[in-house]
Order: sequence, then structure tokens, then C-alpha cells
Amino acid sequence: MEDKLISKIPEGPLAEKWTKRKSEIRLVSPNNRRKLEVIVVGTGLGGSSAAATLGELGYNVKIFCISDSPRRAHSIAAQGGINAAKNYQNDNDSVYRLFYDTIKGGDYRSREANVYRLAEVSTAIIDQCVAQGIPFAREYGGYLANRSFGGVQVSRTFYARGQTGQQLLLGAYAALNRQIAAGTVKSYPRHEMLDLVVINGQAKGIIARNLVTGKLERFGAHAVVIATGGYGRAYYLSTNAMNSNGSAAWQCYKKGAFFGNPCFAQIHPTCIPVHGTQQCKLTLMSESLRNDGRIWVPKKMEDVLKLRKHEIKASQIPEEDRDYYLERRYPAFGNLVPRDVASRAAKERCDAGYGVNESGLAVFLDFSDAIKRLGHQRVQERYGNLFDMYFKITDSSPWEEPMMIYPAIHYTMGGIWVDYDLQTTVPGLYAIGEANFSDHGGNRLGASALMQGLADGYFVLPVTIADYLSHKFAEPKTDTNAPEFEEAEKAVQAKIDRLFAVKGTEPVDVIHKKLGNIMWEYVGMARSEEGLKTAIEKIKELRAEFWKTVRVTGTQYEFNQELEKALRLADFLEIGELMARDALNRNESCGGHFRVESQTPEGEAKRDDENYMYVAAWEYKGEDKEPVLHKEPLKYEFIKVATRNYKD
Amino acid sequence: MDFKVKIWRQKNAKAQGHFETYDVTDIESDASFLEMLDILNEKIIREGGDPVAFDHDCREGICGACSLYVDGRAHGPDDHVTTCQLFMRHFKNGATITVEPWRSAAFPVIKDLVVDRTAFDKILQAGGFISVRTGSAQDANNILIPHETAEQSMDAAACIGCGACVATCKNGSAMLFVGARVSSLALLPQGRPEAARRAKAMVAKMDELGFGNCTNTRACEMECPKGISVDHIARLNREFLKAEFRG
Repeated sequence: MEDKLISKIPEGPLAEKWTKRKSEIRLVSPNNRRKLEVIVVGTGLGGSSAAATLGELGYNVKIFCISDSPRRAHSIAAQGGINAAKNYQNDNDSVYRLFYDTIKGGDYRSREANVYRLAEVSTAIIDQCVAQGIPFAREYGGYLANRSFGGVQVSRTFYARGQTGQQLLLGAYAALNRQIAAGTVKSYPRHEMLDLVVINGQAKGIIARNLVTGKLERFGAHAVVIATGGYGRAYYLSTNAMNSNGSAAWQCYKKGAFFGNPCFAQIHPTCIPVHGTQQCKLTLMSESLRNDGRIWVPKKMEDVLKLRKHEIKASQIPEEDRDYYLERRYPAFGNLVPRDVASRAAKERCDAGYGVNESGLAVFLDFSDAIKRLGHQRVQERYGNLFDMYFKITDSSPWEEPMMIYPAIHYTMGGIWVDYDLQTTVPGLYAIGEANFSDHGGNRLGASALMQGLADGYFVLPVTIADYLSHKFAEPKTDTNAPEFEEAEKAVQAKIDRLFAVKGTEPVDVIHKKLGNIMWEYVGMARSEEGLKTAIEKIKELRAEFWKTVRVTGTQYEFNQELEKALRLADFLEIGELMARDALNRNESCGGHFRVESQTPEGEAKRDDENYMYVAAWEYKGEDKEPVLHKEPLKYEFIKVATRNYKD
Repeated sequence: MDFKVKIWRQKNAKAQGHFETYDVTDIESDASFLEMLDILNEKIIREGGDPVAFDHDCREGICGACSLYVDGRAHGPDDHVTTCQLFMRHFKNGATITVEPWRSAAFPVIKDLVVDRTAFDKILQAGGFISVRTGSAQDANNILIPHETAEQSMDAAACIGCGACVATCKNGSAMLFVGARVSSLALLPQGRPEAARRAKAMVAKMDELGFGNCTNTRACEMECPKGISVDHIARLNREFLKAEFRG
């Protein structure tokens, strides 16, 4: 293994690794914690829970978000639930099973030790959240209720209607508010990190733009935590929020943090299909719907054609003429196969011509059986708000006709490379939640993003960061007048000036849409060598076009959403290229990454463990220089690596 | 579809605001209200103007960022939706649509349709939490909560903090927002130990920040995108009175 890629995985049996690491980690005494400053960027589940917990421990924390309030972070939109190995349903669940399902779901491209720890702390998350007053769904006896999610055969998902992310985030935000009131955390809403400041090889602060005044501001600290989520908006159309972006992570990459598995993006099978050309955002329909909804397309092409012409309704197609293709292909898991498998299967049917809407890019998700079996009341309780949401958007009622769904970009498993302590290759710089690459391998299982965000923020980072900070309490406060801050601020200013200087004609969103089209076509659900090479060229061309033709209106020193978007798009135009490069390098199919060159005769993904059982960690080498690939081999000591099988 | 859109323009907090009217054409009836504004902004940018600033993020009705007062109603002329869930099919072709920011002394305008809602954060910082340290919780199933109670708490917890209640209230009261939080926590056994203190502290902060009083018009409930009931204000009042009696 190379010098910088030391994963710091503790020795010893799998179940004892975290305990062992915790006992090795140096402590910082309470009176020294007061002297230490930590910057947390991002206020989703990871950032809010980390900042709250660090504040509680007595560190001085500054937390930043681009929205008007920490509560708006995109974790709020997570619907279905959060996994935990509680085994409350007595269905023989365990920490080991949650670990195993997650590794398998990720198609054997994540670290055993990290994933085991995630499963291990999952139970404490539920305890913590209940204590915070999160109104999880309850059974009539008052005990916590559970449901199932894709890729598993137990019910371990805790939920609060279809608003689990919202409730968990409000819990973390409340914990954060408590610390803000106590004075241990200072909150900076409407601030956007635009650069990382590195002094003597260590992360020491950030440059942020005050989004109201437009001024650049310097913030120093002893350590910096990145919790800014994923980069799925590289595809323009996605289920991510409009302001979600990869810029903070990208600045870290440019300052020396390696980027792990950038090509691993999750395409979620159950989203409302694209309508028209004026759309900017896709809406997810929770995976929980696959507990009771059945996915199908017609067997007969004549029915497909009639549907498209609106001559018949889906409900008029008799049972025997319906192809429940997931139940047909994957009898053991049926409609609850993992997301990557379900997405590819939908694409396969649509590519074969059986897509059910006018564009031919949709399949049915049908609740008629569930309504018959469970009754209106229980379906209403489980999915009422999702049915309403679907109706509001499409003007069609799932009570009468099946929903129409199609896959869309949803999450990025790739992210900043971190070691077992969640530290990046830049000392003092940490990455947590979706922003890091660590736990989900090639595909994330449903209800595991919330679990990881809170695991990292409440229970892992606040412990591991002490190991680094224990060496720092004697150091003076970071001087934001240091030349490194000066240089970083100048570089940010130069980038802003350069954007205004273009004085082109094209709105930022128009160029972003073009990038999205390239990404979806060539770096989407089916990727090929030729296509990826084309993508790299096209992205380069588009980047050049951006810097020649973009029009950024207004000035820097005002509330300026066009400038915000332009800065983020400038980075997406680079992130997209790295994603394509990584996808080109990885000539195997695994998880959400499907290379057409690497498939079985039945069209299933074919992994190549001999050549690709590693984390691809990319190192930045300068503008217009090729990044360098480093490989962290993945070793499986405790489980048998196998081909994923959801058929029997 | 074609529309005339009359929009409040205001350069910054200190500037005088005014209405400006724009023509938007060829809008798909399935487009959302915010997509219509995106299209308008694209046109304004191409013509060399300054696009309309508005807060938005998730575009699926949960983040609470979008905050437009459309044709005299918070979040526009559809019930129980946020502005991002409002679709152009709810408007008549050719209509003139008026768009304003939330109007409340406690929510100053930042630019155009964007307002500063940090007052809500401050209210929650005053007491909108249960004081539990990370890692100190007991097993989750040791706290039994009847199904109905959890559902009631969830009804209140559904608040997205958008501020439509304040914008709608003739007094600019934040009682529904505060009531929802207080009630959601007070209903649960975990929230009881601090219930009185929480209610008192949050109400005091609300008053301090310049929100108005509640005069039971129930307008907030009508316009709440999440349909949060004024029953939660009643529960807030009970908790507050208990706190007052205890001193």
C-alpha cells in the first residue's frame, strides 16, 4: 500500500476492531477541549450531529451552511427510514447480518472494518433519536415499528411516516441548537465554503463567502470536517436539492485530499419520470413503497402502444398480461432487490420497448393488491403522504391507477477518501456522511444513508478526531492573517473575478443542463469505453465553452444566486470529468457502475475481483494535468466474497 | 400557457421595493410554479437583466426554503402545498399572477422574494429541544409510546419551518410554529421534564423577536402547507400557563 493511503484499520477480530481503536485513541481533557477549534462544513445529519456532539464535549465549533437555516440541509428530504440491527422483530437480525447485507449490497467494494462499525453503532443511533423525541412509528403496544427495505430479508428499518430524514435532521438540529444556545457552537448560515486552507500540510481553516453581503471571510481552526453531501447534481436532473453541490469536497481534492471511487453514483429506481424539457428536479418516491407495491410492465406490445395513446388504462390490463419482471427475474427478493438491480431491470424493459408512458421511459408501481390485502386505512397510514405527493405532481391518483416511475440519480457512494478514523489524506481534514466514500461500496442499500450520516456524526468522528486534536491543544489559535489564508482568499477572488469577466450570453443553468445530458448519456446506467472517452472530451469542450460564454449577472457584493450557481457549476464541470475517468478505469461492472463490456449472458453485472478489488483514490496534480490513480486494495478476511445473488 | 407575472423587486434590505411585470410564454401546464420562475429568469438573464431572487432547494415540499406569497396567499392558490408543489395547471391561461415575499417585521427582506428567517432558529435555540447528551440514551424500546400519541406528535413535528403561518397571520404571530414544536415534544414522555421551561423560554423569545400575538383567526392553520392544526397552539397555551403557575 502506498504511503498516503494508510487505512488505519485496527488489527484483530472484526467485532473487536472498533473497541480496540477506541481504547487506543488519545483523549483530550475537558479543559484542553476549550482551547481547540473545529470547523464543520454542512448541516445535514452528519454535520449537525457532529457539531452538536463536539460542542457537548466542550470543543469550540463553528458550523457553516449555504441555506438560511441548518434545518434545510438535504438530509431533510430522505423519506423511507433508517436501518439498525435491533432485531426488535425477532427475525434473526444481528449486527453481523446488517454488516453482511451492506457489504453484499455494496457489491464487495467497501471496507469490512468500516461497515462492521457502522452496523455496530446503528443500535445506539435509534436509542439516541428516540431520547431526542423523534416520533418514530409505533405499534399499538407502544413499541417501535419496522419495515423492510431493498436488498435485505429482515425488517430493520425504523421510520417516521415518509419523513424520516426530516425527523432525524430536526433531532440533530435540535441538539445543535442546544449547543448554539450554550455557546459551544457558533452557526454561520448563508455561508459557502469556497476553499480549504492548508498550512504546513495540515488543514487549518476555510475561506467562505457570506452569501448575503458577498464578502469573502476567513475562518481558522485546529481541524476541519467536511459534511457537505454528494455530487449527484453533476447530472443536473437528480433527486438532490437544487443547491446540493460537490464544491467543498472538490476544493479539498484540489488541496490534496484524494477522491475515492468518484464513478460510484446511485441511480434510484423509483422516481417520478421526467416530463417535458422545462424540468430542473426529479422527485423520489420512497423505496419503502416497494414493500407493498408491485412493479410491472405489460407483456404485450399492443397494450404498451394503447397505453401511450391513452386508449386504455393500466388498471384495465388483466393480471395474466402483466410482466412483474422483478418477481420473475429475482424470485427470492422480488420487488425488494437492491436499487442498482431494480434500476437496471427497469432500463432493460424500457430499452426492449415496454416503457409505459409517452416517452417510453417509465414502468408501473402498483398498489392495487396491497389495497385489497391491507385495506385503505393501513395503506393510507403507511404511504398516505407519498400518495399525496405523487398526486400533487402528476395529477394522477395512486389509489386508482398505478404510479409511473423511472430511475434517476439519487446519491453518490464515491467521495473524499478517508481512513478508518474518517481522516482524509490531508492531516486535520475529516470527511463524514455522503461526502466521504467509505461505507457503501458500489451501491448503497436503502435506509443506510441516514444511518451512516448519524453514525459518523454522533458516534465515530467525535471519538476519532480526538486522536488528532490531542496533539494540537498546545498550538496557538490559527492566525487567519497567515500567508496561506491570504493566498487562498486571493485565488477565490481571482476565480470570482474571472467568472464576471467572461460577460458571455449563456445562463448558468443552460450550461448545467448540457453537462447533465452528457453525464446521463455516457456516465449513466450503462457505461462503455467508447462512451466514457467521448464523455471526457465533451466535458472538456463544455468546460471551455463555459469559461467563454457564461453570463453571471450582478456583482459579487450582493445576494447573488447566479454567482453561487456559476461557482458550483465550474466545479461540476471538473467533477464530471473525474467521474468519467474513474468509470473508464474500472473495466468491470459492480453495484451501480455498469460497464457494458462486463456482463453475464443474462445481462447481470459481472464483477472482476482479480483486477478491481480496490478503492480507486485519485490525486489532483494541477489544472489540465491528468490526476494520478492510487489503489487501496480491499481485503476480505471475515466474509466470503461471492457473486451477488438475489434470485434464490 | 402564457402569463403576466407581477413580482416584488427589492435590491437589498435597505432599498425601496417595487412591483415589476413580466410576460412569460409557452409554459407547460405540468411545470411547477418555481420552474415557471426559472424560465422567466433565463429570459431575464438573456436580455441582460437581473434575475429574480427566491429561496428554494428541495423542490419537493419538505425543506421549507420556498416562501412566496402568490396572489395574496402564502404558497399560492392550492391547499396544503409549498410553493414548489404548486403547478401552473392551477392558474388560468393568460392570468396576471402577483408574487411577493413573506411580509413580516420579524422576516426582513434580503433581496426580492428572499427573506431572513433566522428568528425561527433563535426561537428553537431558546428551548426547542430535549436535553440529552450523545450516547446517554437508554434502549429505545424502554420508552413505550402509544401509537396514537406518536402519530399526534408526528402531526406537529411535520412543521417545515417555512414561515407561512407568520406571513398569513394579520398579527404576524409565530404561535403555530412555536406551538407545533412545543406540542410535538410535550406529547412524548421524553419531552415532559422540560415541557414547562421549554414553553416559557420559546414564547419569551418569540415576543422578544417582534412576532405578534395570536387572536385565534386560524388563518395559519388554513395556509400551513403541512396542515398543522391550531390544537397545538392550545397545547402550547396549557404548557405555558403551567409554567406561569409554577413561576
